Amino acid sequence: MSSSEIGVETEPGRRTVPDIAELRRHAGWIRMQSLRMVHKAGLGHPGGDLSSADILATLYFAVLRLNLANPRDPLRDRFIMSKGHCTGALYSTLAARGLMPASELETYMQPLSRLNGHPDRNKIEWVEANTGPLGHGLPIGVGCALAAQMDGARWRTFVLTGDGELQEGSNWEAAMAAAQFGLEGLTVIVDRNRIQQGDFTENTIRMDPLADRWRAFGWAVREIDGHSWEELLSAFSALPFQAGRPSCIVANTVKGKGVSEIENRPEWHHRIPTDAELQRALEELEKTYGL
Amino acid sequence: MGSEAKDCREAFSTTLVEMAGQDERIVAVVNDSVNSTRLKSFRANYPRRFVNVGIAEQNMVGVGAGLANGGKVPFVCGASCFLTARALEQIKVDMAYSFRNLKLCGMSSGLAYGELGPTHHSIEDLAWTRAIAGLTVIVPSDSVETRQAMRAIAEYEGPVFLRLSRMPVPDVHRDAYRFEIGKADVLRDGEDVAIIANGVMVCRALRAAAMLDTKGISVRVVNMATIQPLDREAVLECAAKTRGIVTVEEHSVRGGLGGAVAEVVVTAPHPVPMRILGIPGVFAPTGSPEFLLDYFGLNAAGICEAAEKLAAATVAERQPRI
Repeated sequence: MSSSEIGVETEPGRRTVPDIAELRRHAGWIRMQSLRMVHKAGLGHPGGDLSSADILATLYFAVLRLNLANPRDPLRDRFIMSKGHCTGALYSTLAARGLMPASELETYMQPLSRLNGHPDRNKIEWVEANTGPLGHGLPIGVGCALAAQMDGARWRTFVLTGDGELQEGSNWEAAMAAAQFGLEGLTVIVDRNRIQQGDFTENTIRMDPLADRWRAFGWAVREIDGHSWEELLSAFSALPFQAGRPSCIVANTVKGKGVSEIENRPEWHHRIPTDAELQRALEELEKTYGL
Repeated sequence: MGSEAKDCREAFSTTLVEMAGQDERIVAVVNDSVNSTRLKSFRANYPRRFVNVGIAEQNMVGVGAGLANGGKVPFVCGASCFLTARALEQIKVDMAYSFRNLKLCGMSSGLAYGELGPTHHSIEDLAWTRAIAGLTVIVPSDSVETRQAMRAIAEYEGPVFLRLSRMPVPDVHRDAYRFEIGKADVLRDGEDVAIIANGVMVCRALRAAAMLDTKGISVRVVNMATIQPLDREAVLECAAKTRGIVTVEEHSVRGGLGGAVAEVVVTAPHPVPMRILGIPGVFAPTGSPEFLLDYFGLNAAGICEAAEKLAAATVAERQPRI
């Protein structure tokens, strides 16, 4: 990997400073696009798409070292979308990054489309793992980071999970193992939007004190505002947070971020906007992001 | 058939160590089951390629999928009862649907844990795994075939479930035998009845065939080590060349080898009657593995009796109709 490298730290001592205005523009486009996709498909998870858009934009435009000429370059960074239901945001991000044609987003969940409701690595070469059932991404991420550690390789592994998702016990099996193995090449980002399908997380199965829980499991943790570019970039550029430990970024987000009608309302986990709601949402996003 | 009964786990572990010496991508993953997988020597030889995730099967299969993503060839090993039941969704999604080059090795399957009881019996694993698309499922019959199958699955790029027992069995194959994934192996030709078996039941099927021979019943014995993808041609050949098929497996009669064979037999131009021998849809009582196999008629005498009855029942059917 050489000229196609991107990232906060592309190699030791060489840093590129991401343009925040550009990141912001991408995040706005990802939001608008994912809402259009969900609306057209009549299916999807708009709340989580919107809460994770800034994290995804940061990862794909400022963090991940990818080889644009070879999606399966053995030395690429791995990104695993453990919250596999938020494909509206994931596919929009891949399109924004130029990794799939933007026109293909119109096929989202249409018959025989590559763009299944949950990602399939055998159909889309930029997808690292088939996810959908929750609690699968982190164990896979532990395996990836272990492989890199065994090889003494510098490539890194990133896993994005939801917060309700952490109610699945497999995450904590993986969390224990990652700390035991000292996987400093592994970073989990928790999209802490505090809402799951049925209710707020804290009314369902309490997740707080979430950062302390990760610390107790042996991880080095930073809690940030998951919609602040400065905080996102600062956290990703400080990885690993501590030598010999896996890193956890608890990204406090707002479910439905960017659309006031959708923000922080549990019903929008998988509600589909009406034509009028979509129109209002797109107008609001256009205004906010200057698109 | 050799006379000395051997635990196939020995062939499994020595072959894995040998292969690891030739291919540095091979890693072993266990769920604390260092002894029951017989992998102490792997750990001693390749400590950096030995991963113990602790007692956590869901994580274990996910870690295996991640290791495969990172270019490794993971052999993910544990007692079949926990491995398949606890991690079934990971087997379906992370391994089969993702089509990862991961080798899942279920140890001490079937009734091998005998006295420990139904929590530890793994008599549903073939039904579960066989229903999953893209997953190759193999049940070796002896040490020779276990060694061969290990090499074959390492060479094959894709997800595999290898189901091993701990019940010692004599070798039914000579060293020159060459196992092929998806290829049945006709151990004995005959024209009255076919017995299709796998795993620890193959040596018992051969003993039954010898007993039937003395009674004047000619028996074809087929070792169906690969249950998925199933060798359909071999099944259809049994249906064409004999009057009936008996399947024998150390598994529930629901959805295992018998089910797989029946699914093909009903599509044959001239379907033949079948008898499916296995554990008849119950949780087993307390007893040693050998006691339980005898209890369920999964021995030479039981197979012999079923085949003899089937042979008798099908004689009339093949008489020319006037």
